[in-house]
Amino acid sequence: MESQNNNQNLTIQLTALVVDDNKVNRKIHQKMLDNVRVKNLGVKNGKEAVDIHCDGRRFDLILMDLDMPIMNGIEATKELRSMGISSMIVGVSSRCTEAEIQKFMEAGLNDYHEKPLNIAKLSSILHMINPNY
Amino acid sequence: MEVDQMQRQCLDYTKSLFLEGFLDGQFVQLQQLQDENNHDFVVEVVSLFFEDSERLLNDLTFALDQKSIDFKKVDAHVHQLKGSSSSIGAQRVKNCCIEFRNFCEEQNIDACLSCLQQVKQEYCHVKNKLETLIRLEQQIVAAGGSIPTMEF
Repeated sequence: MESQNNNQNLTIQLTALVVDDNKVNRKIHQKMLDNVRVKNLGVKNGKEAVDIHCDGRRFDLILMDLDMPIMNGIEATKELRSMGISSMIVGVSSRCTEAEIQKFMEAGLNDYHEKPLNIAKLSSILHMINPNY
Repeated sequence: MEVDQMQRQCLDYTKSLFLEGFLDGQFVQLQQLQDENNHDFVVEVVSLFFEDSERLLNDLTFALDQKSIDFKKVDAHVHQLKGSSSSIGAQRVKNCCIEFRNFCEEQNIDACLSCLQQVKQEYCHVKNKLETLIRLEQQIVAAGGSIPTMEF
């Protein structure tokens, strides 16, 4: 997404989708994104994340939780990749076993971070999308 | 009471919550997210945490009261509670949940029931502490001061 300011300089605005069934986590992650001026939406499970893409919405960044009802993060990530979605998908979970992280990564993640996210982790993720951000 | 006295009292109280292990650095992250666009962000998140936790604790009580306990369901509820307590920095609640999940995996009913009591207790403690902290902060704001934050 691009917007033009009064000085005719192009500024890039990133967009993000927060996929998490936990309201507290969703609110915190969305506020972190608001504070760095990333336009964002929140959905509560993997199916809603897939549906929103089926409606034609696209995001630069998807923060994907692992454990969610209806469709979990692994299933949703696989589905999005099979749809040709090339957004940066970052897994965010409190699961710690190597095997679970590996399985999540193999579903098509670009990166994985342990919850809770903090400002420093989010900044490093955004920097990966756009080094100038 | 003068504003700076209130601020010192509030800061001392906040420090005590960290020293006693009720809160961890994640709570400071939360305070740092609050800005002029959303003056009540911390209160909103904490209120959401209270609402969510009380629902989960009720669900856990019900789930562990069944003749045939569905440990997967119990684990799912504890996982949720661990997630939100971790995200707001409610350290003791989070630690109780970690232990609770281990006993869910073992399908140890007695240990799970004991963990449930413990997590309810820790939740009550942190709820009281956070409500007191929020009251102190609101008094400062009402007196025209700004909320002091801890360096972590």
